[in-house]
Amino acid sequence: MPDRATLKVRVNRDKCQGHNRCKALAPELFELDEYGNAHEIGDGAVPAGLEEKAYLAKSNCPEFAVEIIEE
Amino acid sequence: MARPTVTDWATDFDHLDPAWVNDPFPIWDDMRRKCPIAHTDRFMGVYFPTRYQDVRAVAYDTVHFSSRRVVVRETPPPRIPAPPITSDPPEHRPARMVLLPPFTPDAIKKLEPRARALANELIDKFAGRGSADAAVEYSQEIPARLIAHMLGLPEADGDLYRRWIKMVLVDGITDVSVALQAAGEMHQYFMGYAQQRMEKPGDDLISYLVNIKSNGQPLSTENVIGTLRLLLIAGIDTTWSGIGSCIWHLATHPEDRRRLVREPALMATAVEEFLRAYAPVTMAREVIKETTINGCTFKPGEMVLLSFPAANRDPSMFEDADKVIIDRKENRHAAFGLGIHRCIGSNLARMELTVAVEELLKRIPEFSLAGPVTWSEGTVRGPRQLPIKF
Repeated sequence: MPDRATLKVRVNRDKCQGHNRCKALAPELFELDEYGNAHEIGDGAVPAGLEEKAYLAKSNCPEFAVEIIEE
Repeated sequence: MARPTVTDWATDFDHLDPAWVNDPFPIWDDMRRKCPIAHTDRFMGVYFPTRYQDVRAVAYDTVHFSSRRVVVRETPPPRIPAPPITSDPPEHRPARMVLLPPFTPDAIKKLEPRARALANELIDKFAGRGSADAAVEYSQEIPARLIAHMLGLPEADGDLYRRWIKMVLVDGITDVSVALQAAGEMHQYFMGYAQQRMEKPGDDLISYLVNIKSNGQPLSTENVIGTLRLLLIAGIDTTWSGIGSCIWHLATHPEDRRRLVREPALMATAVEEFLRAYAPVTMAREVIKETTINGCTFKPGEMVLLSFPAANRDPSMFEDADKVIIDRKENRHAAFGLGIHRCIGSNLARMELTVAVEELLKRIPEFSLAGPVTWSEGTVRGPRQLPIKF
């Protein structure tokens, strides 16, 4: 797992069904709209130290809607 | 009622067979290896995919598989719509959107204090006794009373709800007239309250539904009543079963129970793992257009049992799928369904499960089974009698 903040998370809005797993696991990176569907906070940049949470969010999404972009 | 003996699980399965009801997991494991999409001529023809990928494929395919029938019954009843669970695109989306806001995590969070108080009121009644039926006296009461609380109905009406649920989901599987009778009774019950809340709205879910607008139009009475019926049926039996399975696991696995007492921070992963391993809900779809998945041709008019519980035990998707690992980190389980019909009450159910287990462990950290356990049959799986001693 990279230890520098070069990661971005992104929620694929078409795939998200509002399971709320990403927000529960990484509230620093995801927020919900009024319907409970998720999106990344800001541009999705993952601050240093939150990489593991980002990967957990990705690997717990039942709809495979959370993507991680390594830049 | 005795059912004809199953001769071969792959070609003649029966999900009401006592062997399946008591312990379905070895049956599913065997099917998954030998015949991953089983079929039976019983119930007028039903397919049973056991692999995660196949369950997922059916759940995502709303063109060939319709939700207009979501329970496998011996004789299909005239349709009893309960939108959005019985809706297909394009009607599904608007029916679902109006229901989502009261079920977001923030909205559900507000119910948590009531849930904790409720759990403790129930525990108070049996704590001094040294024994209890954890299914009857605890698990089933929490969701029944909390749904009543959400709808702004008397919590004591929970007894009435459980009667209807049994009529629709248990007795109604083999005798449709019972399911229809329950639907009629629920209709009458809810009509009265809907009328009342239209005139005098309160801060409850019925008031929300009778006053909400979808595309600028209020929901039709039929839609409101159908939705209320759904919330009642889907919100109680399922969570009751989920809570009961958690308690059953903790009663039979003292090492996990003691670890949770010692390390309460594991509760979040433990609840997800219980949801994976003991997912209570098996949905169904009606095949409306012929299609082939994984070499199996699905014939129109027949049903598919959409077993999220079987998908959750697929070793090609989950490492050590047959083991309950309460600190499992990666857990992409499908307990709340996949695709557009994701359980609308998932945030509520998770809160109820967490609260029920936490409060029980706080008050009664040591307990074990005190007698035979019986399991429900049909659409929802969970303990119906769960005697514990402490």
